[in-house]
Amino acid sequence: MSDQFENRIDIALTVNGEPVEARVPAGQHLVDFLRLELGLTGAHASCEHGVCGACTLRVNGDAVRGCLMLAAQADGAEIWTVEGLSDSAAFTDLQEAFVARNALQCGFCTPGMLVAAEELLSAGGVPDRAEIREHLSGNYCRCTGYEAIVDAVETVARARAGEAAQ
Amino acid sequence: MKASVAGYIRANDVAHAVRLLASADGMGRVLAGGQSLVAAMNMRLSTGDMLVDISRLTELEGVTEEDGRLRIGALTRHAEIGRNPLIQTHAPLLAEAAGHIAHAAIRNRGTIGGALAHADPAAEFPACILCLNAVLHVTGPDGSRDIAAGDFFHGLFETALEEGEILTAISLPKAEPGEVQVVEEMARRAGDYALAGLCVTRRRAGYRIAAFSVGPRPILATGAMQALDAGDLDAAVANLAEEIEPASDTQASAAYRRHLAGVLLRRAALRIEGEAQ
Ligand SMILES: Cc1cc2nc3c(=O)[nH]c(=O)nc-3n(C[C@H](O)[C@H](O)[C@H](O)COP(=O)(O)OP(=O)(O)OC[C@H]3O[C@@H](n4cnc5c(N)ncnc54)[C@H](O)[C@@H]3O)c2cc1C
Ligand code: FES
Ligand code: FES
Repeated sequence: MSDQFENRIDIALTVNGEPVEARVPAGQHLVDFLRLELGLTGAHASCEHGVCGACTLRVNGDAVRGCLMLAAQADGAEIWTVEGLSDSAAFTDLQEAFVARNALQCGFCTPGMLVAAEELLSAGGVPDRAEIREHLSGNYCRCTGYEAIVDAVETVARARAGEAAQ
Repeated sequence: MKASVAGYIRANDVAHAVRLLASADGMGRVLAGGQSLVAAMNMRLSTGDMLVDISRLTELEGVTEEDGRLRIGALTRHAEIGRNPLIQTHAPLLAEAAGHIAHAAIRNRGTIGGALAHADPAAEFPACILCLNAVLHVTGPDGSRDIAAGDFFHGLFETALEEGEILTAISLPKAEPGEVQVVEEMARRAGDYALAGLCVTRRRAGYRIAAFSVGPRPILATGAMQALDAGDLDAAVANLAEEIEPASDTQASAAYRRHLAGVLLRRAALRIEGEAQ
């Protein structure tokens, strides 16, 4: 059992289904690791204190703030970013609904918004608009005014429920 | 900004974590969910920490029944507190409060032990456990001890935790049949810290009221409790205004917070009447 504090920590994890091994600085947060070391620039680092949601990632099945988790803490974790979720076609319907409804303009908030929205959608059922707003309350968008985002999420929830009922 | 951290190590068990903290020359810092600590480090409000990561200690996670009481491990996450059936049945106050804390992604990682040790005066859980008369279980270099919630919160971000001590769990009495527990708070936006908030319970022995975000620490409003026991809501509102110590800041003035506390008490009293029927 080691008693040695380290400045650089060895981690082994999976990112978008691929095994990754790395040595990370003790204070580096997960989004910086993904962006700077792995070139996965989908999740954004913006406020870096948990307020804006631009860094939202899926870690071990949960949507979490990538800026509030150290890369060192991700040892053994299973991480999905917007890149991997796009490639695996996990939420193509949601992405298409964002385009159809004009739910993005500059797109800065979109990767985090998609991961957060997918967490709500994957819980099943058709959440009402208030529930959608509540679930996305931690994801800021400075462009759209949110209405179109709520529309897109609601459309997908209805469509998925319809498919499930058939 | 980027965090400046002196070192990191993952603890294997509680004894290991205590030993690591003791070896860190006063710079040791427990890392649990990181939802307050990593934010503070990124903003360089905290620098040079020797981080002892306890977030993998599964022995500190989860909710159990023990000797007729409820025991909640320090690493139990806010999201779990909100959906756990034992908590929903025996301490519904905590389940309701969890829904007011931050946003879903933060609730997925933040822990109740972290929220209590952090002791933000605007946080919900400190006031909840004061209202529920919980006991905090702590382990340190000199062994383990129990601290009553009423003795735990000393002031702004200050608690009875000594250097090198780890909060391992809390325990609390189960709600009695017919007991009603409610949280009322006012925040500008969903997920923001409350401008003012109240936890109120009614059991056979009477009411308990704990106020948050209206002073440097959660406040047990005994004067308001006595007035409610006597059935005098107006007097309870007046007493509450005397007992709290709100400050003015960029979010709200002290006078507005005092006003809000009275409004929230009336709302809580109405809800309790409704739910008790
Ligand atoms: C945008 C945002 C909004 C928020 N809104 C709210 C809100 O409305 N209400 C609210 O209550 N909270 C809010 N929070 C804070 C959140 O609830 C944190 O999760 C919580 O305060 C800290 O828990 P943690 O497990 O993340 O602890 P950490 O961040 O890991 O630690 C916090 C502090 O507690 C110490 N500590 C942690 N665990 C232990 C332990 N077991 N023993 C001893 N010391 C320990 C650490 O050393 C550190 O000093 C918000 C946070 C953010 C980023
Ligand atoms: S960058 Fe993580 S919440 Fe803003
Ligand atoms: S589309 Fe620009 S911030 Fe949301």
